[in-house]
Amino acid sequence: MRGVGTPALSLLGLVSLWVVAAALSADPTVLPQPWALIGPFWDELRSGELLYHLGHTLLRVIWAFLLAMTLGCLLGLAMGRSERVNQWLDPWLVVFLNLPALVLIVLCYLWIGLTEAAAIAAVTLNKVPNVTTVIREGARALSPDLDALAGVYRLPLMDRMRHVVLPQLAPFMAAASRSGIAVIWKIVLVVEFLGRSSGVGFQIHLYFQLFDVGMVLVYAFSFIAVMLAVEWLILQPWERRVRRWRLA
Amino acid sequence: MIKVDIREKSFAGTTVLGRIQFTLGQGERLAVLGPSGVGKSTLLRIVAGIDRKFSGDVDRPARMGVVFQEPTLLPWRTALQNLTLIHRGLTEQAATEALARVGIADKAALFPAQLSLGQQRRLSLARAFAGAPEFLVMDEPFVSLDPEMAEEMMRLTETLIAETRPALMLVTHARPEAERLTERIVHLSGRPAVLHPETKDHLRCVTN
Repeated sequence: MRGVGTPALSLLGLVSLWVVAAALSADPTVLPQPWALIGPFWDELRSGELLYHLGHTLLRVIWAFLLAMTLGCLLGLAMGRSERVNQWLDPWLVVFLNLPALVLIVLCYLWIGLTEAAAIAAVTLNKVPNVTTVIREGARALSPDLDALAGVYRLPLMDRMRHVVLPQLAPFMAAASRSGIAVIWKIVLVVEFLGRSSGVGFQIHLYFQLFDVGMVLVYAFSFIAVMLAVEWLILQPWERRVRRWRLA
Repeated sequence: MIKVDIREKSFAGTTVLGRIQFTLGQGERLAVLGPSGVGKSTLLRIVAGIDRKFSGDVDRPARMGVVFQEPTLLPWRTALQNLTLIHRGLTEQAATEALARVGIADKAALFPAQLSLGQQRRLSLARAFAGAPEFLVMDEPFVSLDPEMAEEMMRLTETLIAETRPALMLVTHARPEAERLTERIVHLSGRPAVLHPETKDHLRCVTN
């Protein structure tokens, strides 16, 4: 009870702050009361609009996440393992780490066009440098003893990756994906805001132009709920599974 | 047949190993003795094929076994998987038998961290012999053990060697180990280090 009590109480505090602020502003067009959102949420859900846009955003998040993790892991592994590769790619990494997300998004749209591919490429490119940085640290910390072991017994590359390298990288991959998924969905919303005609970001753009704070909040909270579900139902169980050997 | 012909090995401009040549026939057992820091581990890593940055040639069979100073297990895989993943041809039954030979058959499903250090070392021995190696390389395998455990491990190693009959290269600084497990002793000494046959005062013939 104690473990659940504090976060629940803290969330309750946030909601009461909202209620007080809404009461003080006394203008539902600026900040509606939490319960005033239930009606619009229900309508949006029943019409299918909400699920349609949530689905599109989620699909983009999944694509960008998988691409960014794959590319970031490959690059990070190469850079962490080889000082030479690192020397060549490190300046690029610094450039891309410091390139504002907005610039990448705009350039992708300008160069590739207002397409799905451009949207996903923009998000992926924004996330790859962070994943690379984290995984590179993991690759640098790989055990030379286990390397020697794999070498002497001539482990095939796939076995080596699966049973020797990836378990060592798992904590770094978990860190990269936990911080990554949150950043990715925020960037996906910006990408949708700027150049897509579906998704949560597009809807927020629409309701922003209509000055409808309530609907902006409905979409924002719906997506936060989706991401919480991903965290609890996918990421955390996966992490527990790969950490099993530590706790045994 | 193992043929080692190292012309030179250097680290950052310093030559660590000089010309080192020896051959080992089937089932022959050689010990390399020497003080710590002389380059024993470097030699072992070259012979085992871990270090490939040297000038010279080493012919070794494909079926190798190695026992490191530390158990060097995969902590995220069970004891049984530590055998079956390393030796892909090994069936679960054969792996269980290999565990039984070192006396830890009941620990098959445990992770290495759940084993005592002695059991981890047994597992490491089981892994080395499970592939029926033609050539076994041992790097100070008993160095950090208390005398009792060292004796126990040594007896186990003797038994396993007698069963499998691999060619053996043992690197150690402890003479009694070398005498018990091998039939030929050479000394690694000098700078750059080279091998000297066993003589009464081997330290006198350091220069090449």
